[in-house]
Amino acid sequence: MTDAGRHGRRDADATGPSYLSAGHSLRSWLFTLDHKRIAILYLISVTAFFVVGGLAAGAVRVELIKPRGTFMSNEMYNRMFTLHGVVMIFFFLIPAIPAVLGNLLVPLMVGARDLAFPRLNLLSWYLYTAGGLCALTAAVSGGVDTGWTFYTPYSTFYTNSQVTLTIAGAFIAGFSSIATGINFIVTIHKMRAPGQTWFRLPLFIWAQYATSIIIVLGTPVVAITLLLVVAERVAHIGVFDPKYGGDPVLFQHLFWFYSHPAVYIMILPAMGVISEVIACFSRKRIFGYHFVAGSSLAIAALGFLVWGHHMFVSGQSMYAGMVFSFLSFLVAIPSAVKVFNWTATIYKGSVSFDAPPLFAFCFIGLFLIGGLTGLFLASLATDVHLTHTYFVVAHFHYVMVGGAISAYFAGIHFWWPKITGRMYPETIARIAAVILFIGFHLTFLPQFVMGFVGMPRRYHYYPPEFQTLHVLSTAGSTVMALAYLLPVVYLLWSLRYGRRASANPWGATGLEWEIASPPPTHNFDSPPRVTGEPYDYEALCLSENPPTDARRRATCDPTASEPRATGERSDGGPS
Amino acid sequence: MNIPLLPEQASSFAVEVDAIYFVLWALTILFSFVVMAAIGFLAFRYRRGARVDRSRPVHSDLRIELIWSIVPLVIGLVVFAWSAHLYARTRIPPADSMEIYVIGKQWMWQMQHANGVRENAELHIPVRRNIKLTMISQDVIHSFYVPAFRVKHDVLPGAYTELWFKPTRVGRYRLYCSQYCGTQHSQMDGWVTVMEPDDFEKWLAEGGSEIAPSAGLVEAGRKLFDQMACGSCHGNTARTGAVPPEQRGGSLNGLYGSMVRLKGGRQVKADEAYLRESILRPNEKIVDGYWPIMPSYEGQLTEEQVIQLIAYMKTLGKADAGRGAGASPATSVPLVPLVPSEPSSPRRLARQEGSAQ
Repeated sequence: MTDAGRHGRRDADATGPSYLSAGHSLRSWLFTLDHKRIAILYLISVTAFFVVGGLAAGAVRVELIKPRGTFMSNEMYNRMFTLHGVVMIFFFLIPAIPAVLGNLLVPLMVGARDLAFPRLNLLSWYLYTAGGLCALTAAVSGGVDTGWTFYTPYSTFYTNSQVTLTIAGAFIAGFSSIATGINFIVTIHKMRAPGQTWFRLPLFIWAQYATSIIIVLGTPVVAITLLLVVAERVAHIGVFDPKYGGDPVLFQHLFWFYSHPAVYIMILPAMGVISEVIACFSRKRIFGYHFVAGSSLAIAALGFLVWGHHMFVSGQSMYAGMVFSFLSFLVAIPSAVKVFNWTATIYKGSVSFDAPPLFAFCFIGLFLIGGLTGLFLASLATDVHLTHTYFVVAHFHYVMVGGAISAYFAGIHFWWPKITGRMYPETIARIAAVILFIGFHLTFLPQFVMGFVGMPRRYHYYPPEFQTLHVLSTAGSTVMALAYLLPVVYLLWSLRYGRRASANPWGATGLEWEIASPPPTHNFDSPPRVTGEPYDYEALCLSENPPTDARRRATCDPTASEPRATGERSDGGPS
Repeated sequence: MNIPLLPEQASSFAVEVDAIYFVLWALTILFSFVVMAAIGFLAFRYRRGARVDRSRPVHSDLRIELIWSIVPLVIGLVVFAWSAHLYARTRIPPADSMEIYVIGKQWMWQMQHANGVRENAELHIPVRRNIKLTMISQDVIHSFYVPAFRVKHDVLPGAYTELWFKPTRVGRYRLYCSQYCGTQHSQMDGWVTVMEPDDFEKWLAEGGSEIAPSAGLVEAGRKLFDQMACGSCHGNTARTGAVPPEQRGGSLNGLYGSMVRLKGGRQVKADEAYLRESILRPNEKIVDGYWPIMPSYEGQLTEEQVIQLIAYMKTLGKADAGRGAGASPATSVPLVPLVPSEPSSPRRLARQEGSAQ
């Protein structure tokens, strides 16, 4: 594999204290320039926002048990679903995988000491936090009731809620995304280890690269759009409201020009995680590496050309609708190609059913349905009926929650030993993955049915015939809440009581597994040199020197059913 | 326990929209099942510890990549074409449609029939007639959605949008506002009542559900036209021969539906949107040969009044309803298709058909 890999044990012994024990003061965390510590800062803040957004979702689901509400007013309900959307989109889904796993892994996977611009990286976390605090301040000082889409002219003229402050939050957080995107692009271009050509990059890096391009090109557009909303709202400069000579549909064009690519910002890194996990737990090189890598770029490029499929009933020209529909069918293909290639990877592999691959299978199952139901909305005549209904809600959650969040959990479980130096309890993690899969379907399958029957989204009161389906959905959401709560509990538990993790507990390829768990502050003792392809599990096992150490045996012996039973002594960790 | 699984099929589009919908579900279930079954089978067969043949693994194959790219693409494009074709039909109202105006406002729907009958949150229509709604919002964006008809279109402030459908079944169907529009968004709903044509005409003649129906749209528009003295500039002598150079505004006779040549040579069709813009913001489009001297009526007319004016202007230059002729409510009810009753203007007929392409 790599020179560093051949001497992995020695390197590990030679390293100093881990990045976690590099300092224990608050100051050592808040002023750190270490990409791994910044990833931890992001992990904590992103999790906090996930809890806020999740509680808002729970409140919405409880409210919808009865056709005329259970405990909220109209105003309260509208603020609650807006809070859920704004927090989950801008402060959880967009930063989750890039800012947590990307920050941690991009330098490690390319064999670098840190990201290209460590200070910019720290700044991005402060921007994110400042943006998040703006949004939370808005939420507690009256809230905002526009929906996360801020459609004009409602948002610019008609609502008296905290639009400006919320938009300021999203605006500031946007710059945090841009900073992260620029950092990744420069790091991936300029700081790859010697010998690590583009086609020797892990697919997670390809996915982060494609994501970063979307972030850097798209985020400025939404930033300007949100500024225009504030300009019209505060200074009455006519842009979107026909009262001032504006055009309300213009806002939708500008908003979706970013916000459709933004769903690829959320799902592409997830696909990168899945590629890593499937390869590792199948002990196989990814099938069709070039196609999986290229499909990320294809999605990034095509993703910018399909925004109009949100607007088939908005008054947009019929012919524009046809072009956008056509392109939306095209953008489905690269995603399908990825799924087929993951499936083919398993062929002749050696599959273990640990928690990371279970979450990955959970991703594939939910993403398949999420992606395919997207075609109902790309197709013009069916979209006319289904758009603005619960069908859209269900589709979107299948992709974003079933897809992106399952992949995030797969990634967190996969790299948890690397991040913390501890193993989490495996059995309960597997149970959590299965509960998630069941609870998810129970929550969102009824919403497809409701949408087709005509239940509009963002409805506080609804016709009584939908009550049974709403109750089913709420029941499912409690099961999901359990599936999300479990990992929080056992992962926190593992920080203190978990078994110490070896440098490479899964027997995975990749530079990040060749240094200690958790890694030392400086990552690599000597710059690694890459001599072969990524995911070269077969070569690792068929090499001239038969594997001798426990890790190699675990990696290569397809008949060893409990690879981690041979777990090594700790290479250092938090104490 | 009452779980609705399928919406009623009550318009001419419903059956075909549902056909596409169920074809897409068939594809979704087929693809998901095939992939999940393959993953399940392969993962079990090649589970760690199983003694199976793992020799000569495959890492890439251009042929299979092409197959699983192109086959779904072709299937997808077939669905795209089918759906786009149906969509095009849903977007182009037939020329013989019965016209109804819809005004959306926070948080109520208001419908205006041609004879002046108004309804709030209710819409009565005859079965088996093409119905065309011309819609506008007084405030934010709303969306007119009748699931049983499988039709929906956003209702914008500042611009007309159109929606048409042909109800096929008598009954009462839910109407929703489906675009989030503020506090009482979920209460901005209503009912569409589809009636037998005879019942509908009786209902309409009796003034609908309103106690005192207002005058017909055209009649109200004519009164407004006189009251605002529109005719002092837009007299009906223009275009009939000697146009005096100081003529301030063009005649409106036969204007609706015709092509208007603007300053700079651009041609636009004088449809509802154009008439509305020319009343409210006359300087946006200056007709060739005229000065931009007309004052703006923005803020001085309600959307309802604009609709009345347009309804009246549409009758100008027609044999039976010229300026001053005083169209009676009865003649303005377009229960009889409008187009065949215009033998005198075959050119306009051709244009209307042309515009439907």
